Amino acid sequence: MKAYIVTRILSLIPVLLVVAIVAFFLIHLTPGDPAAVMLGSQATPEEVEQLREQLGLNLPLYEQFANWFFGLLQGDFGWSIYYNRPVLTVFLEHLGPTLSLAVLAQAISMVLAIPMGISAARKRGTKIDQIFMALVMLGMAIPSFLMGLFLMQLFALKLKLFPVAGYEPLSSGLWNHLKFMILPATALGIIQTAIIARMTRSSMLDVLSANFIKTAYAKGVKEKIIVYKHALRNAAIPILTVLGQEFGTLIAGAVVTETVFNLPGIGQLVIHAIEKRDYAVIQGTILLAALSYLLVNLIVDLLYGIVDPRVRFGRK
Amino acid sequence: MEINTKGVEHIGSELKSEKFKLLFRRFLFNKLAVVGTVIVILLCLFSIVGPFMTKYGPLDIDPMNRLQPPSADHWFGTDNFGRDLFSRVVHGGRVSLVVGFSAALLTAIIGMIIGLYSSYYRILDHVLMRICDGLIAFPDILLAIAITAILGPNPFNVVIAITIVKVPAMARIVRSAALVVKEQTYIEALKAQGASSWRIIWVHMAPNTISPFLVQMTYVFALSIILEAGLSFLGAGVPAPNPSWGNILYDGKAVIFRAWWMTLFPSIFITLAVLGLNLLGDGLRDLLDPHTSKANKKLK
Repeated sequence: MKAYIVTRILSLIPVLLVVAIVAFFLIHLTPGDPAAVMLGSQATPEEVEQLREQLGLNLPLYEQFANWFFGLLQGDFGWSIYYNRPVLTVFLEHLGPTLSLAVLAQAISMVLAIPMGISAARKRGTKIDQIFMALVMLGMAIPSFLMGLFLMQLFALKLKLFPVAGYEPLSSGLWNHLKFMILPATALGIIQTAIIARMTRSSMLDVLSANFIKTAYAKGVKEKIIVYKHALRNAAIPILTVLGQEFGTLIAGAVVTETVFNLPGIGQLVIHAIEKRDYAVIQGTILLAALSYLLVNLIVDLLYGIVDPRVRFGRK
Repeated sequence: MEINTKGVEHIGSELKSEKFKLLFRRFLFNKLAVVGTVIVILLCLFSIVGPFMTKYGPLDIDPMNRLQPPSADHWFGTDNFGRDLFSRVVHGGRVSLVVGFSAALLTAIIGMIIGLYSSYYRILDHVLMRICDGLIAFPDILLAIAITAILGPNPFNVVIAITIVKVPAMARIVRSAALVVKEQTYIEALKAQGASSWRIIWVHMAPNTISPFLVQMTYVFALSIILEAGLSFLGAGVPAPNPSWGNILYDGKAVIFRAWWMTLFPSIFITLAVLGLNLLGDGLRDLLDPHTSKANKKLK
């Protein structure tokens, strides 16, 4: 297990380097001088020059990258011009709503998707299964922000069950917080539900046709125990993989969905940063988002080892 | 001799057209795939013919008729500037579909090149695949927003942004198909004969990766439509006043209390387009890709 963890972490290093290089060069895609673009047309040449110096733009490119990269290693993700604070601080201030949205959506989708996928697999080829597949197709075709607009119209404007938009942090009470989160989390959760339910169904189908399941049936084990204990545990690996891979989709979906509901999260931060031409924030945010994706996938890979001992011993 | 070869060629082409007919018949047998194809064709026709069905231009402002509900005159109602929403949805469809298709095509071409070459040269493979791993780590819409924000929001840059975001997955799929082909004996034979690597890659390996390639391209088309809509919805895509499905929604969100039609109609079209393309993609996969479709028979 130790060797497995070490190789897995070492394999991250080149990927991290690529992520850093992509984020770094993004700023240099700007047509013209980034400093001039950031300050807008009213800036004096002196101000531009000062900013260039502050950002280190007058150094050679490799030196800029080296400085920036060593800054990263020390936790320095840049300085936000608009907020006048470190990018990391600004990012962490906006992380709450997005994280809460992502976690709730993931929870909703797992609660719905896994039982749905299992029952569709057990009733393969029946009407229930067909309806299930149709719902999955539809769920995957509706982007989460459309679903958000739809839920907002139905539950907030027509039925007035939930507030239309806004945000209260968790510290102001669980219900106060949830009141604002339920609609966006459902909107985002539905698309995830479709993806996970489909994966659950196909991976359950694979396992249910395996010989050890037939043996269990022949021994007279109760069907419930076969499905939930024998089959589900073996079907969990592909489901876990999808959870990890779809984490990026989840974050991306959360970013768009939260702007529908005016949640002050990462999405709002990036959009304000674009309006204010606060490039350091854009750069830092996508970098931190990519890092969290890599971290989640690392955790998923390590979980394999716990869920499935074959992974632990199979690799060297 | 001449007559003879002609005869053989004739039989060859007849066999080919037989095979094509058979594929076509199997495709018609797959009802969902046909539904998907019909939806996609109808949407394309709609955005080609639609502009001629209305007397209003997508940019004609009419302040007297702001936010009118759907009526015989304005089929989809009007927006916050009094512009005819039907006309805007139709013209927006042109933009969204063209952006989506261009992005899918560009992704396909670049993904094909990267996938084939990295399957052929091992060192290149290590480098290119690590770059792909890195790019995949960025949440797609965030990276796309960052790219369009920095390059400037216009349809061309939206295509570039979507392509950068979607190429890694395409490259991986082509690569994994090409790796299987590369191990075949006939590739070894070609090498022994002294065939150039260009010839092996493009004449012998590329055609064998075409099935997963086409399937993935359909999915990328669908994903590009979602991404374009998302970008424009966030104000980082196709800039106003030109319509796209996404930025009609952006305008619609501000008046969602008063004008449900402004969010409903573009939403329907986005959903239909994505659904149609996904169904078409699934159908193509069942048809062209016997390995995965065997697995899919279990699904169906």
